[in-house]
Amino acid sequence: MKQYLVLAALIACTAQAQNRSGLEFASEEIRRLQASDAENPGMLWVDQGAKLFAQKCASCHVSMKGVATRYPALENGRIVTLEAKISHKEAFAYESDELLALTAYIANQSRGMPIKVSPPAEKLDAGKKAYYQRRGQMNLACAHCHEQNWGKRLGAETLSQGQPNGYPAYRLEWQKMGSLERRIRACMFGLHAELPAYGSDAMLELELFLAARASGLPIETPAVRR
Amino acid sequence: MKHRDFIGSLAALAVSPHVSTTDPLVWSFTRGMPVLPGRVKLEVPALAGNGHSVAMTVRVDSPMTPSDHVRAVHLIAAKNPVRDMAVFYLGACPRAEVSSRIRLNGSQRIVAIAELSDGSFWSDAAYIEVREAACTDGG
Amino acid sequence: MALARIDLPHEARRGELVEVRIVIQHPMETGFRRAPQGERVPRNAIHSLACRYDGAEVLRAKLSTGIAANPFLRLFLRATHSGALDLRWLDDDEVQGAAQTRLVVSP
Repeated sequence: MKQYLVLAALIACTAQAQNRSGLEFASEEIRRLQASDAENPGMLWVDQGAKLFAQKCASCHVSMKGVATRYPALENGRIVTLEAKISHKEAFAYESDELLALTAYIANQSRGMPIKVSPPAEKLDAGKKAYYQRRGQMNLACAHCHEQNWGKRLGAETLSQGQPNGYPAYRLEWQKMGSLERRIRACMFGLHAELPAYGSDAMLELELFLAARASGLPIETPAVRR
Repeated sequence: MKHRDFIGSLAALAVSPHVSTTDPLVWSFTRGMPVLPGRVKLEVPALAGNGHSVAMTVRVDSPMTPSDHVRAVHLIAAKNPVRDMAVFYLGACPRAEVSSRIRLNGSQRIVAIAELSDGSFWSDAAYIEVREAACTDGG
Repeated sequence: MALARIDLPHEARRGELVEVRIVIQHPMETGFRRAPQGERVPRNAIHSLACRYDGAEVLRAKLSTGIAANPFLRLFLRATHSGALDLRWLDDDEVQGAAQTRLVVSP
């Protein structure tokens, strides 16, 4: 029994050891930016989020520590992202600075804590299917780049594992903070595929799968990415 | 004077090879005064992963006293659509050193020109290779 | 209202060299980008900035679109007495921004 437990633990460790943050594939400049709160532009949104939280949320909520590690969550069978949950009292528009700020602040409160999203396996089926499904003019699935070829070069860049643990993230390409959904859409755009709408079932299913896949990776928000 | 020193002085007297004094942008603040290489150190990476944000530090060898200081540092890009990137007026800074992050429209040379309180101009230049992103993002 | 982060040591000794790092939230829009629908996003960048410490101007800058979005600045000042560090800026849309913090100086 003990040997089995040790083996299971080893396999679990190996599986998790294979989970690598996008930071590992980022340039030195990006790693430097992310490492310094004084220089990381994403912290501007975290600061803004802290102010908004004090204004709009603090009357009911005290500490947000650990909360972001559990999202996306399942509530009454429905998938709820952190962004959707934040909008539970006041509806914030997707990609608005306010929603980005609040999400970044709340996720930042869990910085360094491992993602702990483990829904029942059947809940992951749809997202998993989407992850392995070829799409777009390029006829590629997420898995082709982010599972089979991570670490290899695509042009001047190094392919990452496509992990969500740094989001919302400051992307140099966007010159601002952006959500995971925006990043997924941007990736789909690169494949010349149809873009799933913000907050759509297709999007939520994929996000749930990505989080479960990323389990164990520490939250890095606000990450800096290219 | 040793041969080496003599050549060194000649080189110092020569107009900076990185700066063309007939460049209208440079002329606008030097008014034709020679721009000498030296006393300025422009620190940028030789290779930038992304043109959107490149770390830059410029420092000038100056005691920064009321009688001997840096009046301004001009930062100019060779190939950006808007070539003048910044001018830093160092005022009461005890150290003539400023860092920022610049944006580059592709691989190019950038030049930092310092104007000293005695009216002289000094410069440094650097070439930055800028890689482009592999896939078009679309936002 | 745009935010800024000003990072400096909580306290400094008189005469000490103090490193100040600033990040200002601003898109520094170049005027060359296109929005998703294809229209150009108009230029809007911070063009003037001034940093004052204890009333005296430490750094003034003319910035342009060649400075990256959410501009970062690192500069040095000499700690003299406790006082306000005041940052002001103006962009192409004539929107002013300001941020303050305090440097505590011990004798």
